[in-house]
Amino acid sequence: MTEFSFWFVIGLTVLSAAVVVLSNQLIYSAMALLLTLFGVAGIYVFLWADFMAGVQLLVYIGGILVLIIFGIMLTNRISSVRLSQTNVQQGVGGAIAIWLMILISLVISKTPWYQADAIEPTETVAGVGTLLLTKYLLPFEAISLLLLGALIGAALLSRKEN
Amino acid sequence: MTVDTLFSWLGGLIPAMEGSGILLVISILVPCLALFLVVAVNAIVMVYAERKVAAFMQDRVGPMGQGVGLHAGKWGLLQTVADALKLLTKEDIIPEKADRFLFILAPFVIFIGAFVTIIAVPFGETTIVADFNIGIFYILAMGSFGVIGIILAGWSSNNKWSLYGGMRSAAQIVSYEIPAGLSIIVIIMLTGTLSMQGIIEYQAGGMGNWIIFANPFTFIAFFVYFISVVAETNRTPFDIPEAESELVGGFHTEYSGMRWSFFFLSEYANMLVVSAVAATGFLGGWHSPISGYFDSNGWGIFWMVSKIVFLIFIMMWFRWTFPRLRVDQLMNICWKVFLPVSLINIFGVGIWTLFFG
Repeated sequence: MTEFSFWFVIGLTVLSAAVVVLSNQLIYSAMALLLTLFGVAGIYVFLWADFMAGVQLLVYIGGILVLIIFGIMLTNRISSVRLSQTNVQQGVGGAIAIWLMILISLVISKTPWYQADAIEPTETVAGVGTLLLTKYLLPFEAISLLLLGALIGAALLSRKEN
Repeated sequence: MTVDTLFSWLGGLIPAMEGSGILLVISILVPCLALFLVVAVNAIVMVYAERKVAAFMQDRVGPMGQGVGLHAGKWGLLQTVADALKLLTKEDIIPEKADRFLFILAPFVIFIGAFVTIIAVPFGETTIVADFNIGIFYILAMGSFGVIGIILAGWSSNNKWSLYGGMRSAAQIVSYEIPAGLSIIVIIMLTGTLSMQGIIEYQAGGMGNWIIFANPFTFIAFFVYFISVVAETNRTPFDIPEAESELVGGFHTEYSGMRWSFFFLSEYANMLVVSAVAATGFLGGWHSPISGYFDSNGWGIFWMVSKIVFLIFIMMWFRWTFPRLRVDQLMNICWKVFLPVSLINIFGVGIWTLFFG
Protein backbone atom coordinates (compact mmCIF):
# COMPACT_ATOMS: atom_id res chain seq x y z
CA MET A 1 0.00 0.00 0.00
CA THR A 2 2.74 2.44 1.00
CA GLU A 3 4.77 1.38 -2.01
CA PHE A 4 1.79 1.90 -4.30
CA SER A 5 1.15 5.42 -2.97
CA PHE A 6 4.86 6.19 -3.22
CA TRP A 7 4.97 5.29 -6.91
CA PHE A 8 1.70 7.11 -7.45
CA VAL A 9 3.18 10.30 -5.99
CA ILE A 10 6.37 9.89 -8.00
CA GLY A 11 4.42 9.28 -11.21
CA LEU A 12 2.21 12.28 -10.55
CA THR A 13 5.21 14.52 -9.95
CA VAL A 14 7.18 13.42 -13.00
CA LEU A 15 4.26 13.32 -15.44
CA SER A 16 2.88 16.69 -14.40
CA ALA A 17 6.39 18.17 -14.55
CA ALA A 18 6.57 16.92 -18.15
CA VAL A 19 3.26 18.64 -18.88
CA VAL A 20 4.62 21.87 -17.39
CA VAL A 21 7.46 21.86 -19.90
CA LEU A 22 5.68 20.44 -22.94
CA SER A 23 2.27 22.08 -22.85
CA ASN A 24 1.95 24.93 -25.30
CA GLN A 25 -0.67 26.74 -23.25
CA LEU A 26 0.65 28.77 -20.39
CA ILE A 27 -2.32 28.25 -18.10
CA TYR A 28 -2.17 24.46 -18.52
CA SER A 29 1.50 24.59 -17.57
CA ALA A 30 0.55 26.49 -14.44
CA MET A 31 -2.13 23.93 -13.61
CA ALA A 32 0.29 21.05 -14.14
CA LEU A 33 2.74 22.88 -11.88
CA LEU A 34 0.07 22.68 -9.19
CA LEU A 35 0.16 18.88 -9.40
CA THR A 36 3.97 18.87 -9.48
CA LEU A 37 4.20 20.95 -6.32
CA PHE A 38 1.58 18.72 -4.74
CA GLY A 39 3.63 15.67 -5.64
CA VAL A 40 6.75 17.21 -4.11
CA ALA A 41 4.75 17.81 -0.93
CA GLY A 42 3.84 14.11 -1.06
CA ILE A 43 7.53 13.18 -1.29
CA TYR A 44 8.19 15.30 1.80
CA VAL A 45 5.50 13.30 3.61
CA PHE A 46 7.31 10.08 2.70
CA LEU A 47 10.51 11.58 4.14
CA TRP A 48 8.73 12.23 7.48
CA ALA A 49 9.00 15.97 6.86
CA ASP A 50 5.33 16.72 7.46
CA PHE A 51 5.96 20.35 8.33
CA MET A 52 7.95 20.85 5.14
CA ALA A 53 5.06 19.35 3.17
CA GLY A 54 2.70 21.87 4.71
CA VAL A 55 5.08 24.74 3.98
CA GLN A 56 5.41 23.49 0.42
CA LEU A 57 1.64 23.67 -0.05
CA LEU A 58 1.20 26.99 1.71
CA VAL A 59 4.10 28.84 0.11
CA TYR A 60 4.28 27.31 -3.34
CA ILE A 61 0.63 26.61 -4.12
CA GLY A 62 -0.99 29.30 -1.99
CA GLY A 63 1.57 31.96 -2.80
CA ILE A 64 3.87 31.46 -5.73
CA LEU A 65 1.51 29.57 -8.03
CA VAL A 66 -1.24 32.11 -7.38
CA LEU A 67 1.24 34.82 -8.32
CA ILE A 68 2.18 32.98 -11.50
CA ILE A 69 -1.46 32.60 -12.54
CA PHE A 70 -2.01 36.22 -11.58
CA GLY A 71 0.87 37.19 -13.81
CA ILE A 72 -0.57 35.22 -16.72
CA MET A 73 -3.92 36.91 -16.27
CA LEU A 74 -2.36 40.37 -16.06
CA THR A 75 -0.68 40.16 -19.44
CA ASN A 76 -2.09 42.34 -22.16
CA ARG A 77 -3.76 39.43 -23.92
CA ILE A 78 -5.93 39.10 -20.88
CA SER A 79 -9.23 38.61 -22.70
CA SER A 80 -7.98 35.74 -24.84
CA VAL A 81 -8.26 32.26 -23.41
CA ARG A 82 -5.57 30.92 -25.72
CA LEU A 83 -2.28 32.14 -24.34
CA SER A 84 0.47 30.02 -25.81
CA GLN A 85 4.04 29.45 -24.78
CA THR A 86 6.75 28.47 -27.19
CA ASN A 87 9.88 26.56 -26.37
CA VAL A 88 12.77 28.27 -28.13
CA GLN A 89 16.20 26.60 -28.02
CA GLN A 90 14.72 23.16 -27.48
CA GLY A 91 17.94 21.44 -28.59
CA VAL A 92 20.28 23.33 -26.27
CA GLY A 93 17.88 23.10 -23.35
CA GLY A 94 17.37 19.38 -23.87
CA ALA A 95 21.11 18.75 -24.05
CA ILE A 96 21.75 20.66 -20.83
CA ALA A 97 18.88 18.82 -19.13
CA ILE A 98 20.26 15.42 -20.15
CA TRP A 99 23.75 16.44 -19.04
CA LEU A 100 22.38 17.53 -15.68
CA MET A 101 20.51 14.26 -15.33
CA ILE A 102 23.69 12.25 -15.99
CA LEU A 103 25.59 14.42 -13.52
CA ILE A 104 22.99 14.00 -10.79
CA SER A 105 22.75 10.23 -11.36
CA LEU A 106 26.54 10.03 -11.08
CA VAL A 107 26.48 11.97 -7.82
CA ILE A 108 23.70 9.75 -6.47
CA SER A 109 25.48 6.52 -7.40
CA LYS A 110 28.89 7.62 -6.08
CA THR A 111 27.80 9.13 -2.77
CA PRO A 112 28.15 6.82 0.24
CA TRP A 113 24.62 7.20 1.64
CA TYR A 114 24.19 7.42 5.35
CA GLN A 115 21.60 4.89 6.48
CA ALA A 116 19.35 6.51 9.08
CA ASP A 117 17.95 4.53 11.99
CA ALA A 118 14.53 3.23 11.07
CA ILE A 119 12.83 5.00 13.98
CA GLU A 120 9.99 7.11 12.69
CA PRO A 121 10.07 10.57 14.24
CA THR A 122 6.74 11.43 15.86
CA GLU A 123 7.13 15.16 15.69
CA THR A 124 9.37 17.30 13.53
CA VAL A 125 8.02 20.80 14.07
CA ALA A 126 9.54 21.30 17.51
CA GLY A 127 12.93 20.10 16.26
CA VAL A 128 12.83 22.42 13.27
CA GLY A 129 11.88 25.35 15.51
CA THR A 130 14.62 24.67 18.03
CA LEU A 131 17.27 24.33 15.34
CA LEU A 132 16.11 27.51 13.60
CA LEU A 133 16.46 29.56 16.76
CA THR A 134 19.70 28.04 18.01
CA LYS A 135 22.10 26.49 15.53
CA TYR A 136 20.81 28.20 12.39
CA LEU A 137 19.83 31.54 13.91
CA LEU A 138 22.22 33.58 11.76
CA PRO A 139 21.07 32.21 8.37
CA PHE A 140 17.48 32.51 9.58
CA GLU A 141 17.96 36.21 10.39
CA ALA A 142 19.87 36.79 7.16
CA ILE A 143 16.95 35.38 5.18
CA SER A 144 14.54 37.66 7.03
CA LEU A 145 16.71 40.65 6.06
CA LEU A 146 16.71 39.48 2.45
CA LEU A 147 12.92 39.18 2.48
CA LEU A 148 12.60 42.63 4.04
CA GLY A 149 14.77 44.03 1.26
CA ALA A 150 12.63 42.31 -1.37
CA LEU A 151 9.48 43.64 0.26
CA ILE A 152 10.74 47.24 0.30
CA GLY A 153 11.96 46.86 -3.26
CA ALA A 154 8.58 45.61 -4.43
CA ALA A 155 6.78 48.43 -2.67
CA LEU A 156 9.16 50.96 -4.24
CA LEU A 157 8.72 49.51 -7.73
CA SER A 158 4.95 49.42 -7.58
CA ARG A 159 4.70 52.97 -6.24
CA LYS A 160 3.47 55.67 -8.57
CA GLU A 161 6.05 58.27 -9.53
CA ASN A 162 5.36 61.61 -7.90
CA MET B 1 -7.99 8.42 15.19
CA THR B 2 -10.95 7.15 13.26
CA VAL B 3 -9.06 5.55 10.40
CA ASP B 4 -6.84 3.45 12.67
CA THR B 5 -9.77 2.41 14.87
CA LEU B 6 -11.84 1.45 11.87
CA PHE B 7 -8.92 -0.40 10.30
CA SER B 8 -8.25 -2.56 13.35
CA TRP B 9 -12.00 -3.12 13.89
CA LEU B 10 -12.46 -4.30 10.31
CA GLY B 11 -9.36 -6.47 10.67
CA GLY B 12 -10.91 -8.13 13.72
CA LEU B 13 -14.17 -8.62 11.85
CA ILE B 14 -12.61 -10.34 8.83
CA PRO B 15 -9.46 -12.04 10.19
CA ALA B 16 -8.54 -13.40 6.75
CA MET B 17 -8.00 -9.90 5.41
CA GLU B 18 -6.40 -8.35 8.48
CA GLY B 19 -3.91 -5.66 7.59
CA SER B 20 -4.58 -5.80 3.87
CA GLY B 21 -4.59 -2.80 1.57
CA ILE B 22 -8.25 -3.18 0.64
CA LEU B 23 -9.33 -2.78 4.25
CA LEU B 24 -7.15 0.32 4.56
CA VAL B 25 -8.80 1.84 1.50
CA ILE B 26 -12.24 1.02 2.93
CA SER B 27 -11.40 2.48 6.32
CA ILE B 28 -10.20 5.65 4.60
CA LEU B 29 -13.23 5.90 2.32
CA VAL B 30 -15.88 5.39 5.02
CA PRO B 31 -14.94 8.51 7.08
CA CYS B 32 -14.60 10.47 3.85
CA LEU B 33 -18.15 9.51 2.87
CA ALA B 34 -19.35 10.53 6.32
CA LEU B 35 -17.57 13.87 5.95
CA PHE B 36 -19.13 14.38 2.55
CA LEU B 37 -22.53 13.88 4.14
CA VAL B 38 -21.58 16.39 6.84
CA VAL B 39 -20.67 18.91 4.12
CA ALA B 40 -23.87 18.29 2.16
CA VAL B 41 -26.16 18.41 5.20
CA ASN B 42 -24.31 21.48 6.44
CA ALA B 43 -24.96 23.25 3.15
CA ILE B 44 -28.65 22.30 3.12
CA VAL B 45 -29.21 23.42 6.70
CA MET B 46 -27.14 26.58 6.29
CA VAL B 47 -28.92 27.71 3.12
CA TYR B 48 -32.24 27.37 4.94
CA ALA B 49 -30.85 29.11 8.01
CA GLU B 50 -29.43 31.90 5.89
CA ARG B 51 -32.80 32.52 4.27
CA LYS B 52 -34.57 32.53 7.59
CA VAL B 53 -31.94 34.68 9.35
CA ALA B 54 -32.01 37.15 6.45
CA ALA B 55 -35.80 37.23 6.54
CA PHE B 56 -36.07 37.80 10.29
CA MET B 57 -33.42 40.52 10.20
CA GLN B 58 -35.40 42.31 7.50
CA ASP B 59 -38.71 41.80 9.30
CA ARG B 60 -39.98 39.25 6.81
CA VAL B 61 -40.98 35.63 7.39
CA GLY B 62 -38.83 33.98 4.73
CA PRO B 63 -39.78 30.74 2.98
CA MET B 64 -43.05 29.46 4.44
CA GLY B 65 -44.17 26.88 1.89
CA GLN B 66 -47.67 28.17 1.40
CA GLY B 67 -47.76 27.91 -2.37
CA VAL B 68 -50.38 26.15 -4.40
CA GLY B 69 -49.37 22.75 -5.74
CA LEU B 70 -45.79 21.88 -4.74
CA HIS B 71 -45.50 22.43 -1.03
CA ALA B 72 -42.18 23.35 0.60
CA GLY B 73 -43.11 21.88 3.99
CA LYS B 74 -43.99 23.50 7.27
CA TRP B 75 -42.12 26.82 7.76
CA GLY B 76 -40.58 26.16 4.36
CA LEU B 77 -38.38 23.43 5.83
CA LEU B 78 -38.19 21.65 2.48
CA GLN B 79 -37.21 24.83 0.63
CA THR B 80 -33.53 23.87 0.32
CA VAL B 81 -34.42 20.36 -0.80
CA ALA B 82 -36.56 21.89 -3.52
CA ASP B 83 -33.69 24.23 -4.41
CA ALA B 84 -31.25 21.33 -4.61
CA LEU B 85 -33.62 19.38 -6.88
CA LYS B 86 -34.00 22.43 -9.07
CA LEU B 87 -30.22 22.83 -9.35
CA LEU B 88 -29.77 19.14 -10.17
CA THR B 89 -32.27 19.23 -12.99
CA LYS B 90 -31.17 22.55 -14.47
CA GLU B 91 -29.57 22.65 -17.90
CA ASP B 92 -25.79 22.49 -17.78
CA ILE B 93 -24.47 25.39 -19.84
CA ILE B 94 -20.82 25.74 -20.85
CA PRO B 95 -20.05 28.92 -22.83
CA GLU B 96 -18.79 28.23 -26.34
CA LYS B 97 -15.70 30.42 -26.01
CA ALA B 98 -14.79 29.13 -22.57
CA ASP B 99 -11.80 26.92 -21.90
CA ARG B 100 -13.84 23.74 -21.57
CA PHE B 101 -11.43 21.61 -19.56
CA LEU B 102 -10.57 24.24 -16.95
CA PHE B 103 -14.19 25.41 -16.81
CA ILE B 104 -15.25 21.92 -15.77
CA LEU B 105 -12.25 21.44 -13.47
CA ALA B 106 -12.55 24.70 -11.49
CA PRO B 107 -15.59 23.87 -9.27
CA PHE B 108 -13.98 20.57 -8.31
CA VAL B 109 -10.69 22.23 -7.38
CA ILE B 110 -12.54 24.64 -5.10
CA PHE B 111 -14.57 21.84 -3.59
CA ILE B 112 -11.51 19.66 -2.97
CA GLY B 113 -9.80 22.59 -1.27
CA ALA B 114 -12.75 22.97 1.07
CA PHE B 115 -13.32 19.26 1.60
CA VAL B 116 -9.83 17.99 2.44
CA THR B 117 -9.49 20.46 5.30
CA ILE B 118 -12.43 18.94 7.18
CA ILE B 119 -10.40 15.75 7.72
CA ALA B 120 -8.43 17.50 10.46
CA VAL B 121 -11.42 19.08 12.21
CA PRO B 122 -12.06 17.53 15.64
CA PHE B 123 -15.78 17.15 16.40
CA GLY B 124 -15.19 15.35 19.66
CA GLU B 125 -12.58 13.64 21.81
CA THR B 126 -12.41 10.68 19.44
CA THR B 127 -14.47 12.02 16.56
CA ILE B 128 -11.71 13.15 14.23
CA VAL B 129 -10.67 11.48 11.01
CA ALA B 130 -6.98 12.25 11.33
CA ASP B 131 -5.31 14.12 14.17
CA PHE B 132 -2.21 15.25 12.30
CA ASN B 133 0.89 16.50 14.08
CA ILE B 134 0.53 19.61 11.99
CA GLY B 135 -3.29 19.72 12.07
CA ILE B 136 -3.95 23.45 12.19
CA PHE B 137 -1.13 24.13 9.76
CA TYR B 138 -2.51 21.47 7.42
CA ILE B 139 -5.87 23.26 7.41
CA LEU B 140 -4.17 26.56 6.57
CA ALA B 141 -2.09 24.97 3.81
CA MET B 142 -4.95 23.07 2.19
CA GLY B 143 -7.17 26.11 2.47
CA SER B 144 -4.90 27.92 0.04
CA PHE B 145 -5.98 25.38 -2.58
CA GLY B 146 -9.39 26.94 -3.10
CA VAL B 147 -8.07 30.25 -4.39
CA ILE B 148 -6.58 28.46 -7.42
CA GLY B 149 -10.03 27.13 -8.26
CA ILE B 150 -11.57 30.58 -7.99
CA ILE B 151 -8.96 32.10 -10.30
CA LEU B 152 -9.44 29.26 -12.77
CA ALA B 153 -13.20 29.65 -12.71
CA GLY B 154 -12.87 33.36 -13.35
CA TRP B 155 -10.35 32.94 -16.13
CA SER B 156 -11.75 29.95 -17.98
CA SER B 157 -15.23 31.48 -18.30
CA ASN B 158 -13.78 33.96 -20.80
CA ASN B 159 -16.00 36.68 -19.40
CA LYS B 160 -14.81 40.04 -18.13
CA TRP B 161 -16.96 40.00 -15.01
CA SER B 162 -15.73 36.55 -14.13
CA LEU B 163 -12.14 37.58 -14.71
CA TYR B 164 -12.42 40.65 -12.49
CA GLY B 165 -14.15 38.57 -9.85
CA GLY B 166 -11.42 35.95 -9.97
CA MET B 167 -8.63 38.51 -9.73
CA ARG B 168 -10.27 40.41 -6.89
CA SER B 169 -10.79 37.15 -5.09
CA ALA B 170 -7.17 36.08 -5.51
CA ALA B 171 -5.88 39.41 -4.19
CA GLN B 172 -8.30 39.27 -1.28
CA ILE B 173 -7.67 35.68 -0.21
CA VAL B 174 -3.90 35.94 -0.50
CA SER B 175 -3.93 39.16 1.56
CA TYR B 176 -6.25 38.00 4.31
CA GLU B 177 -4.44 34.70 4.70
CA ILE B 178 -1.63 36.66 6.36
CA PRO B 179 -3.52 38.19 9.34
CA ALA B 180 -5.46 34.93 9.76
CA GLY B 181 -2.22 32.93 9.82
CA LEU B 182 -0.50 35.36 12.18
CA SER B 183 -3.45 35.13 14.57
CA ILE B 184 -3.14 31.35 14.55
CA ILE B 185 0.53 31.72 15.47
CA VAL B 186 -0.70 33.29 18.73
CA ILE B 187 -2.54 30.04 19.51
CA ILE B 188 0.51 27.97 18.67
CA MET B 189 2.72 30.16 20.88
CA LEU B 190 0.48 29.42 23.86
CA THR B 191 -0.19 25.74 23.29
CA GLY B 192 3.18 24.74 21.86
CA THR B 193 1.57 22.27 19.46
CA LEU B 194 0.10 22.27 15.97
CA SER B 195 -2.20 19.30 16.59
CA MET B 196 -5.87 20.22 16.79
CA GLN B 197 -6.50 17.85 19.71
CA GLY B 198 -3.42 19.18 21.48
CA ILE B 199 -4.74 22.73 21.18
CA ILE B 200 -8.09 21.65 22.62
CA GLU B 201 -6.41 19.73 25.44
CA TYR B 202 -4.64 22.93 26.46
CA GLN B 203 -8.01 24.63 26.94
CA ALA B 204 -9.54 21.99 29.25
CA GLY B 205 -11.25 23.13 32.44
CA GLY B 206 -13.97 25.62 31.65
CA MET B 207 -14.44 28.94 29.95
CA GLY B 208 -11.64 30.71 31.85
CA ASN B 209 -9.05 28.49 30.20
CA TRP B 210 -10.18 29.18 26.66
CA ILE B 211 -7.47 30.86 24.64
CA ILE B 212 -9.72 33.80 23.76
CA PHE B 213 -9.71 34.76 27.47
CA ALA B 214 -6.08 33.84 28.10
CA ASN B 215 -4.88 37.45 27.84
CA PRO B 216 -5.94 40.73 26.15
CA PHE B 217 -3.89 40.03 23.04
CA THR B 218 -5.53 36.70 22.31
CA PHE B 219 -8.90 38.40 22.72
CA ILE B 220 -7.96 40.79 19.90
CA ALA B 221 -6.40 37.95 17.90
CA PHE B 222 -9.72 36.10 17.87
CA PHE B 223 -11.48 39.04 16.26
CA VAL B 224 -8.68 39.62 13.77
CA TYR B 225 -8.81 35.95 12.84
CA PHE B 226 -12.57 35.84 12.57
CA ILE B 227 -12.90 38.97 10.42
CA SER B 228 -10.03 37.80 8.21
CA VAL B 229 -11.63 34.43 7.57
CA VAL B 230 -14.97 36.05 6.81
CA ALA B 231 -13.04 37.92 4.12
CA GLU B 232 -11.31 34.72 3.02
CA THR B 233 -14.60 32.91 2.51
CA ASN B 234 -15.82 35.80 0.32
CA ARG B 235 -18.75 36.55 2.58
CA THR B 236 -20.49 39.92 2.77
CA PRO B 237 -19.26 42.57 3.67
CA PHE B 238 -16.13 41.30 1.91
CA ASP B 239 -17.87 39.76 -1.10
CA ILE B 240 -16.39 42.07 -3.73
CA PRO B 241 -15.32 39.05 -5.86
CA GLU B 242 -18.98 38.35 -6.56
CA ALA B 243 -20.44 41.81 -6.00
CA GLU B 244 -23.79 41.50 -7.75
CA SER B 245 -24.20 45.20 -8.41
CA GLU B 246 -20.83 45.47 -10.15
CA LEU B 247 -19.89 42.05 -11.49
CA VAL B 248 -23.23 40.24 -11.97
CA GLY B 249 -22.02 37.15 -10.14
CA GLY B 250 -18.26 37.55 -10.15
CA PHE B 251 -16.18 34.46 -10.79
CA HIS B 252 -19.23 32.18 -11.10
CA THR B 253 -21.22 34.35 -13.51
CA GLU B 254 -21.11 31.75 -16.28
CA TYR B 255 -21.84 28.72 -14.13
CA SER B 256 -25.29 27.22 -13.81
CA GLY B 257 -27.05 24.24 -12.31
CA MET B 258 -24.96 21.56 -10.65
CA ARG B 259 -21.60 23.23 -11.35
CA TRP B 260 -22.77 26.44 -9.73
CA SER B 261 -24.03 24.52 -6.72
CA PHE B 262 -20.51 23.19 -6.18
CA PHE B 263 -19.36 26.77 -5.53
CA PHE B 264 -22.14 27.11 -3.02
CA LEU B 265 -21.33 23.81 -1.37
CA SER B 266 -17.68 24.83 -1.02
CA GLU B 267 -18.56 28.24 0.38
CA TYR B 268 -20.58 26.65 3.17
CA ALA B 269 -17.94 23.98 3.70
CA ASN B 270 -15.34 26.74 4.01
CA MET B 271 -17.51 28.56 6.54
CA LEU B 272 -17.75 25.33 8.51
CA VAL B 273 -14.00 24.82 8.48
CA VAL B 274 -12.99 28.34 9.45
CA SER B 275 -15.60 28.38 12.21
CA ALA B 276 -14.31 25.03 13.42
CA VAL B 277 -10.75 26.37 13.51
CA ALA B 278 -11.92 29.45 15.42
CA ALA B 279 -13.87 27.23 17.83
CA THR B 280 -10.89 24.90 18.27
CA GLY B 281 -8.25 27.57 18.55
CA PHE B 282 -9.99 30.18 20.65
CA LEU B 283 -13.23 28.78 22.10
CA GLY B 284 -12.13 25.54 23.69
CA GLY B 285 -13.17 23.13 20.93
CA TRP B 286 -15.36 20.33 22.24
CA HIS B 287 -14.91 21.32 25.89
CA SER B 288 -17.92 22.45 27.87
CA PRO B 289 -17.90 26.09 29.06
CA ILE B 290 -18.31 24.94 32.66
CA SER B 291 -15.60 22.60 33.87
CA GLY B 292 -16.86 19.14 34.73
CA TYR B 293 -20.44 19.62 33.56
CA PHE B 294 -21.71 18.08 30.32
CA ASP B 295 -18.12 17.27 29.40
CA SER B 296 -18.53 13.65 28.25
CA ASN B 297 -17.80 12.42 24.73
CA GLY B 298 -21.32 12.87 23.36
CA TRP B 299 -21.65 16.33 24.83
CA GLY B 300 -18.30 17.16 23.23
CA ILE B 301 -19.84 16.83 19.79
CA PHE B 302 -22.77 18.97 20.96
CA TRP B 303 -20.47 21.76 22.21
CA MET B 304 -18.29 21.72 19.11
CA VAL B 305 -21.28 21.84 16.77
CA SER B 306 -22.97 24.59 18.78
CA LYS B 307 -19.83 26.71 18.73
CA ILE B 308 -19.50 26.24 14.98
CA VAL B 309 -23.18 27.03 14.38
CA PHE B 310 -22.93 30.11 16.59
CA LEU B 311 -19.96 31.45 14.62
CA ILE B 312 -21.69 30.75 11.32
CA PHE B 313 -24.73 32.60 12.63
CA ILE B 314 -22.50 35.60 13.37
CA MET B 315 -21.25 35.47 9.78
CA MET B 316 -24.86 35.61 8.59
CA TRP B 317 -25.50 38.47 11.00
CA PHE B 318 -22.54 40.34 9.44
CA ARG B 319 -24.05 39.83 6.04
CA TRP B 320 -27.26 41.66 6.82
CA THR B 321 -25.67 44.34 8.98
CA PHE B 322 -22.75 45.79 7.05
CA PRO B 323 -22.65 47.24 3.54
CA ARG B 324 -20.08 45.88 1.09
CA LEU B 325 -16.59 47.38 1.23
CA ARG B 326 -14.83 48.97 -1.73
CA VAL B 327 -11.70 47.26 -3.04
CA ASP B 328 -9.36 49.93 -1.67
CA GLN B 329 -11.06 49.90 1.74
CA LEU B 330 -10.73 46.14 1.82
CA MET B 331 -7.00 46.24 1.14
CA ASN B 332 -6.47 49.14 3.54
CA ILE B 333 -8.08 47.24 6.39
CA CYS B 334 -5.99 44.18 5.69
CA TRP B 335 -2.58 45.75 5.24
CA LYS B 336 -2.82 48.87 7.39
CA VAL B 337 -4.92 47.64 10.31
CA PHE B 338 -4.99 43.86 10.62
CA LEU B 339 -1.38 43.16 9.71
CA PRO B 340 0.17 45.57 12.27
CA VAL B 341 -2.37 44.55 14.90
CA SER B 342 -1.64 40.86 14.46
CA LEU B 343 2.11 41.49 14.61
CA ILE B 344 1.63 43.46 17.85
CA ASN B 345 -0.48 40.55 19.10
CA ILE B 346 2.35 38.08 18.58
CA PHE B 347 4.76 40.39 20.37
CA GLY B 348 2.25 41.07 23.14
CA VAL B 349 1.49 37.42 23.78
CA GLY B 350 5.21 36.73 24.02
CA ILE B 351 5.72 39.52 26.56
CA TRP B 352 2.59 38.53 28.49
CA THR B 353 3.67 34.90 28.71
CA LEU B 354 7.10 36.00 29.87
CA PHE B 355 5.79 38.14 32.74
CA PHE B 356 2.48 36.63 33.78
CA GLY B 357 2.75 32.94 33.10
